[in-house]
Amino acid sequence: MLFFESIRLALSTIRAQKLKSFFTLLGVCIGVMFLIAVVSIVEGMGRYMEQDLIGKLIGVNSFELRYRPNINIGDVDPSVWESYRRRPRLFHDDVAPVIAALPEGARWAVVSDNNLPVSSRYSGGPRNAQISAVEGEFFAIRKFEIAEGRDFTPQELSMGTPVVIIGPDVVKRLFPTVSPLGRELRMGGLPYMVIGVLKAQGSAIGLSFDNQVFAPWQAPVHRLLNRVPQIIDAVIVQVPSAAQMTEAQERVRQVMRVRHRLRPGQPDNFTLQTSESALAFWNKLKRYLVLAGIALPAIGLVVGAIVIMNIMLVAVAERTREIGIRKALGARRADILSQFLVEAATLSTVGAVVGIALGIGLAKFIAAVSPLPASVASWSIIVGVALGAGVGIISGVYPASRASLLDPIAALRQE
Amino acid sequence: MSETTQREAPLSTTAERQAVTSQAGATPSRDWVIVTRGIKREYDMGGEIVRALRGVDVAIRRNEYVAIMGPSGSGKSTLMNIVGCLDTPTAGEYWLNGTLVSSMKDDELARIRNKEIGFVFQTFNLLPRATALHNVELPLVYAGMSARQRKETAAYALERVQLTSRMYHKPNELSGGQRQRVAIARALVNNPSILLADEPTGNLDSATSSEIMKVFEELADQGQTVIMVTHEADIAAHARRVVALHDGQVSSDTRREHFVAQNSTAIEAKQ
Repeated sequence: MLFFESIRLALSTIRAQKLKSFFTLLGVCIGVMFLIAVVSIVEGMGRYMEQDLIGKLIGVNSFELRYRPNINIGDVDPSVWESYRRRPRLFHDDVAPVIAALPEGARWAVVSDNNLPVSSRYSGGPRNAQISAVEGEFFAIRKFEIAEGRDFTPQELSMGTPVVIIGPDVVKRLFPTVSPLGRELRMGGLPYMVIGVLKAQGSAIGLSFDNQVFAPWQAPVHRLLNRVPQIIDAVIVQVPSAAQMTEAQERVRQVMRVRHRLRPGQPDNFTLQTSESALAFWNKLKRYLVLAGIALPAIGLVVGAIVIMNIMLVAVAERTREIGIRKALGARRADILSQFLVEAATLSTVGAVVGIALGIGLAKFIAAVSPLPASVASWSIIVGVALGAGVGIISGVYPASRASLLDPIAALRQE
Repeated sequence: MSETTQREAPLSTTAERQAVTSQAGATPSRDWVIVTRGIKREYDMGGEIVRALRGVDVAIRRNEYVAIMGPSGSGKSTLMNIVGCLDTPTAGEYWLNGTLVSSMKDDELARIRNKEIGFVFQTFNLLPRATALHNVELPLVYAGMSARQRKETAAYALERVQLTSRMYHKPNELSGGQRQRVAIARALVNNPSILLADEPTGNLDSATSSEIMKVFEELADQGQTVIMVTHEADIAAHARRVVALHDGQVSSDTRREHFVAQNSTAIEAKQ
């Protein structure tokens, strides 16, 4: 009851003294705002990394057999790079034994890719695009969908028919005015017929997934992608459930160790890359970001706490007479103490709530003007409110105890 | 000097003398709202001991209307603070309603102030940002009454001082007399044993003063114990008994009639 009285009193103080309250609450407000914004962005980036980026690069429940990892976001030792460089490449001959070893229900794809110029007679000079020669169920594993036209037929894949499926950016660049379906584009001097256009995938930190050209692996273009025509970049394997990942990887590992004639005890000279291994670095980075996200707002909150303590001390001094009156009417020490504590807590919680609103706004704004996604974590809102109340209570303790210890006679005498 | 003043200051009745002088520590009978026995209050002002009260014996019966009078420095404010449980004596006993309050701790005193004492101050001491109703509710808040009951009780108290129409006005929207009536309503709202008024007309013009004095008169008629502290003889003359303080001691304790007869010049000059 007295609790609600105090809250009401605090709110009316804020209403009556808007400018003063604004400056009082600024510290807490900014602290909580940055907390919410930073956490939202880190959270959003995390979700994006886990679901979108890694998913698009690697796919769910899947792993890639490569001669070395192609996703290296972290810091890699130069000696490790050197050892990568000396590893044997994968060849198309490796594909069949690997596939034979896969468990029931597993899907696979082969891919070689490189950046090459592509041209068409419907636009100006050649444009660079990501050219991939694929085999197997590449589109199904990567969740690429065809917007127009059709997928490769098994015959086209096995015979290496010169047909291509292109991303929407390639359509924009090479076929700005006409429909690409059934028309030709040229790679390495040879014509390829466009049979399909992919749905837009968007981009991730500057990496477009839409400026791509896909051809059957057997098509002539694969010779342009690597130094030796039979080299492949990856065998992609997708298993039906996460539980089968380890077994499938182990089988592929054994096949490759035999093919590379590795003796027991010798390390693998190939890589089985999973989305987890790509995420490991992100998780490390995320820890630092969250730490920064906590340390920066903490400064704001400390400043906010000092300001609130000051304001509350002023309030106690200004309202000495009121405290005297309340004591004369029967308020105990605890009543006065809790009144000022609740008041400080209310003040700073209001600051925190405003900060949360601004923080969400800031996160959305950053998400709108930059490629960073934002996702507001509900726990950060709870933490924000709790921090607000906590800062208020902590900074209110000293002024409130001073108020509660005032001598009623002296307090009543004060003008 | 103290010898003579004490002899000239007879306690009103032998019963009062008995109540005060009966053995220290003995609980006074239920008739007495206030009994003080040899109350002393000393302040340490930077090493110098100031004796504000030098042994005050006063007994006040239920339903009495008493004025405590004296010039500034006589110790009347100190006595009022002790009687109002805002302060505790350095020595001596103070019995309020048969309870020894002189040795109580802060929080117990707060409870006594809340239940037993209604204060009316010279400067009204209303909370400036609260409505009249809310001001009157305050003692009930600290008594732990529910919000609805509180509002009803406070509204009734305002009705008793004829301020129902001003219930939702803030102090700065009220006249001095109205403010003091709000303060009286607040003082009465908890049905206190004593109404303790400190210079209640000090900030009011003479017309409003007599209006407020009439309110006290009516309350006393209804059986409310009223103790009023004043330095003005004409105000003290409204009470039915006048206890005069001088240099921290009771210098005279008389019925109104005696007091008026003795101070006729001072009172007439004012009226």
